Amino acid sequence: MMWRVGTVVALQDETATARTITLKVPDWPGHIAGQHVDVRLTASDGYSAVRSYSIASAPNAEKRVELTVERLPNGEVSPYLTQEIAVSDCLELRGPIGGWFVWRAKQTEPIQLVAGGSGIVPLMAMIRSRALAGSTAPFRLLYSVREPQAVFYREELQALSDHDRSMNLTYAYTRVAPKDWPRPPSRIDAALIANTTWPSKLVPTCYVCGPTSFVESASRLLTSSGNDPEKIRTERFGPTGERQ
Amino acid sequence: MNPNIDDYLDGNAAAGELSNIFAMDVTAAEGQCAHCGAIKRFAEAHVYMQGPGLVARCSVCQHALLRFVSARQRVFLDLRGLTCLILDTSQLVESGR
Ligand SMILES: Cc1cc2nc3c(=O)[nH]c(=O)nc-3n(C[C@H](O)[C@H](O)[C@H](O)COP(=O)(O)OP(=O)(O)OC[C@H]3O[C@@H](n4cnc5c(N)ncnc54)[C@H](O)[C@@H]3O)c2cc1C
Ligand SMILES: [Zn+2]
Repeated sequence: MMWRVGTVVALQDETATARTITLKVPDWPGHIAGQHVDVRLTASDGYSAVRSYSIASAPNAEKRVELTVERLPNGEVSPYLTQEIAVSDCLELRGPIGGWFVWRAKQTEPIQLVAGGSGIVPLMAMIRSRALAGSTAPFRLLYSVREPQAVFYREELQALSDHDRSMNLTYAYTRVAPKDWPRPPSRIDAALIANTTWPSKLVPTCYVCGPTSFVESASRLLTSSGNDPEKIRTERFGPTGERQ
Repeated sequence: MNPNIDDYLDGNAAAGELSNIFAMDVTAAEGQCAHCGAIKRFAEAHVYMQGPGLVARCSVCQHALLRFVSARQRVFLDLRGLTCLILDTSQLVESGR
């Protein structure tokens, strides 16, 4: 697959450490929710670094691609993407990539999304894609995040679930919870899975995304609660990203 | 192989590099492990990035399914850990590629 060039047309902070980059990619062939791109940065001495970033935006006709990047303090690429890059800069990308960790608007079965930290990004593309397509597929999102200030897309998620009874949203805080939150800060566990995700008898398709350790434990919990491993699709971001 | 170490990725992370070789998406492809016989989507393989290359391991038995090294305008592809790889051609039509 060839490298394409995108131009940064907008930048928006999602949290103190994460930023959404909107790119205009003239030869973009379109994408499916859940896919990602590889971004390549090349230094003046020719050294280059490639990293994968999920596409946050729904498929659209404007050849627009949004990425949301979480900054890792000692990372090679993410500090550049969240602090240095400016509007009208160019970025090299390869994609769209992937045909397995995707949600297509023709899917009508119940969908269980489970995000850990920045793992929300491709799942947000699915939620946005569902809204844009006018799909009524029943969606549930379980979003595990360190603290309230670390939530991406909070207002948009709230608005989408307020106006739509088949779009359900649960936050699980791992370090700090809002005042009066019913559940003390902790990792997701069997009880939370049992109480907030689709009963396995409804045979939901599950999409689990986040740091590798999070994906391993969340998919194990989904399997123990009766979900068929064949119905669980996973995407691992590596040891990077937030520790859950 | 220590199963507690989470320094691996999965087949999704390898798909960009492998798109230089395969015309079709590999993440949705089904592959059979030559060691344990498990048939899994390539997306589910555990992927370790290693300098100029990568190794994809069976998520069930951890044996190497695929090794890939790209160096000096050559690509080395070792597929002896896979008895079979079934690619889905409908993806070609869908993406217009
Ligand atoms: C398919 C896919 C999609 C992805 N999508 C996104 C996305 O949408 N948004 C996003 O922000 N990221 C995403 N990632 C992760 C992204 O590709 C990079 O890994 C990430 O941005 C870090 O890159 P870096 O160059 O800044 O850090 P590197 O320089 O690559 O890494 C820094 C070093 O620090 C270590 N490290 C960093 N943080 C921790 C930690 N908390 N605990 C322990 N060790 C740590 C790492 O192991 C590494 O050795 C995705 C990854 C994949 C495979
Ligand atoms: Zn095996």
